[in-house]
Amino acid sequence: MNFDLTEERQMLQDTLRRFLREKYDTATRNKIIDSPSGMSEEIWNELAELGVIGALFTEEQGGFGGKGFDIAVVFEELGRAGVVEPFLDTAVLAGGLVADLGTDAQKELVEEIIGGACHMAFAHGEPTSRYDLNRVQTTAKADGDEIVVNGHKAVVVNAEAADHLVISARESGAPGDNAGISLFLVPADTKGITIQGYALLAGGRAAEVMLDDVRVASSARLGKAGEAFAAIEARIAAANVAQCAETLGAMETATRLTKDYLMTRKQFGRPIGTFQALAFRMSDLLIEMEQARSAVINAAGHLESDRKSRERHVSSTKNLIGRAGRLVAEDSIQLHGGIAMTKEYELAHIAKRIVMADHRFGDTDHHLERYIDLTAA
Amino acid sequence: MDLSYTEEEKAFRAEVRTFLKEKLPKELSDKVAGTDGDDLTKEDMEQWHAILNEQGWLVPNWPKKFGGAEWNAVQRHIFEEEAAAANAPRIVPFGFSMLAPVLQKFGSQEQCDYWLPRMLNGDDWWCQGYSEPGAGSDLASLKTTAIKNDAGTHYIVNGQKTWTTLGQHANMIFCLVRTDKEAKQQEGISFLLIDMDTPGIEVRPIILLDGTHEVNEVWFDNVEVPVENLVGEENKGWTYAKYLLTHERTNIAGVGFSQAGLNTVKRLAKSEMSNGKPLMQNPHFAARVAQVEIDLNAMSTTNLRIISKAAAGSAPGVEASMLKVKGTEIRQEINDLARRAVGAYAMPFASEAIEGSNMGLPDPLGAGPVASKYFNNRKLSIFGGSNEIQKGIIAKVTMSGGA
Repeated sequence: MNFDLTEERQMLQDTLRRFLREKYDTATRNKIIDSPSGMSEEIWNELAELGVIGALFTEEQGGFGGKGFDIAVVFEELGRAGVVEPFLDTAVLAGGLVADLGTDAQKELVEEIIGGACHMAFAHGEPTSRYDLNRVQTTAKADGDEIVVNGHKAVVVNAEAADHLVISARESGAPGDNAGISLFLVPADTKGITIQGYALLAGGRAAEVMLDDVRVASSARLGKAGEAFAAIEARIAAANVAQCAETLGAMETATRLTKDYLMTRKQFGRPIGTFQALAFRMSDLLIEMEQARSAVINAAGHLESDRKSRERHVSSTKNLIGRAGRLVAEDSIQLHGGIAMTKEYELAHIAKRIVMADHRFGDTDHHLERYIDLTAA
Repeated sequence: MDLSYTEEEKAFRAEVRTFLKEKLPKELSDKVAGTDGDDLTKEDMEQWHAILNEQGWLVPNWPKKFGGAEWNAVQRHIFEEEAAAANAPRIVPFGFSMLAPVLQKFGSQEQCDYWLPRMLNGDDWWCQGYSEPGAGSDLASLKTTAIKNDAGTHYIVNGQKTWTTLGQHANMIFCLVRTDKEAKQQEGISFLLIDMDTPGIEVRPIILLDGTHEVNEVWFDNVEVPVENLVGEENKGWTYAKYLLTHERTNIAGVGFSQAGLNTVKRLAKSEMSNGKPLMQNPHFAARVAQVEIDLNAMSTTNLRIISKAAAGSAPGVEASMLKVKGTEIRQEINDLARRAVGAYAMPFASEAIEGSNMGLPDPLGAGPVASKYFNNRKLSIFGGSNEIQKGIIAKVTMSGGA
């Protein structure tokens, strides 16, 4: 047993933490959030230079990481600093799918992605799919050499900035079938794609992506026709590791701020942390933090395992982070009092981010049910 | 024991319902639906006050001699329940149900004659100057000073108030100020009425985590306040403040809001699909809904028990603290369910900072900004005496042998 990071990962963690501590304070982030694009190209490029994106791809794919623990190290730091730039969408999801399934020609994009020059988005969820990965109603129908795609993709994060979209569509079967789902790598400016963007509560931007007779060449397909489900599930597993690690980092910030506040804020002539009622709640948060950290290690450490083991750990981690995250976010606000309700205070963004993580890639209940299914057999 | 309302109470409920159906403007109830009314404009709120005033229902808590309806606690409860169900705006409480009772009990005849009619007519919009940056739960540690000038005609006020709800709309503020720095904390405090247009007052907005502007900082720099604006006696303000706080805690249970919120959750969960079926049929989600409904059923009866006692004339004590804690926990749980229900569509956010971003926000279930509401209502367990302070009161009262 060894729970230490490798030397390379430790260095990456140190570098990122130092860089973000210097560059990414509350005022900077609030300015980025309130800007029309919802992200800073400057920060994006600097982080790409530091290797943030390269760490998310394996050596064969052109990166220098790509394993569960690489993803966890990067995203914990991004979460700790509350970075809103969409690395998860460009690199882990859409870029990852291209790297996993693409032809050599398609995979040329990966180098651009790692360099920070290319934005990507994964257009998968739909208005009625909720968190079910196989409930794809968007259709892809062959028409001669071309494929015609029609549908509505919901809350596609980073769609406006994306140069390319990875779009899921059904070539056969019914919504709810794993079989029959294909992926297509499509330039975002392809005719028939309408992108209706909006801001997100926890920072960044997303869009409704309307696909109206979008004609693509069959060479735009990623992988085999109708067989994309397994790759989607594996990528969502990686995305869950990223998001849980990011949430863990944010929870670290929330508990640090809360502990500091309890020790400095005075009421009734003494630091409020000396009131046992508040001290015990702080202790509860710290206990849950240890649970959360272990859960993230479990998920990251099993990302390369067989499907069943991987998914069992993903669902168990997402469920635990959902519960512990809600407790940490709500109690951190409560233990602070009014100050934590204000936009200028660091915790406001951090708390929103922790809670809103429960709305992507399956919430606490979704993963509880999934865990039951995965462990029942 | 009889759990039913009397015939008179039923008739009163029918009257309230008819009134709301006929007089509540649809533009207002549409705004309130799904948001508790936090995006109402000043004009919207004033319009609703005027409609209620015309009916004689704006100040149901006031004695008849001041123009009130003098409803008992059960009638007030019925009105609040029906108003919440109809998505009526809340009555802005600072003047009508906080300051007015203090003036009526401790103010001079002149003060009552002058300020109370202005309140009813909508001439004045009052806000509350209690909390300070260093005085939250420990309100008695407040530092804003009011020193009489040499001529004895004015107090000179210096300091800062914070969390001043809707202070941006107000032209008047009632403040707790320190008039005797030498006295023990609670004994050097006075209760002043201050015109917000007086030179030296500055109102600065505080933007909350959901981007809304509900609260403010109010700064006082050598503000001159006529001595006639002192309520009651100098250095007795703490007594008045405590009296006011018992009024701040009426309708603290928020049963009507919780019931309306729970109905919304059920409506959302019937439309939202999960694994090919309505979310309401998902056993985990259904269990969460049932659990909070069970708690609400009981809390609603607790509320009625306390209201009945109050209607019979006995003042609620520690029970008000209990209702505050349970009532806010239930409301927050319902806010949590609403955001859960809508899945990924909880994420979009109408940002006021980004121009045009309020256009075309996707909301297929017509849920409104449920996640913003969830975050905004974290305030419920903080303001009006945090839930921890309430628990302290419950423990102190019940375990000191004084209960």
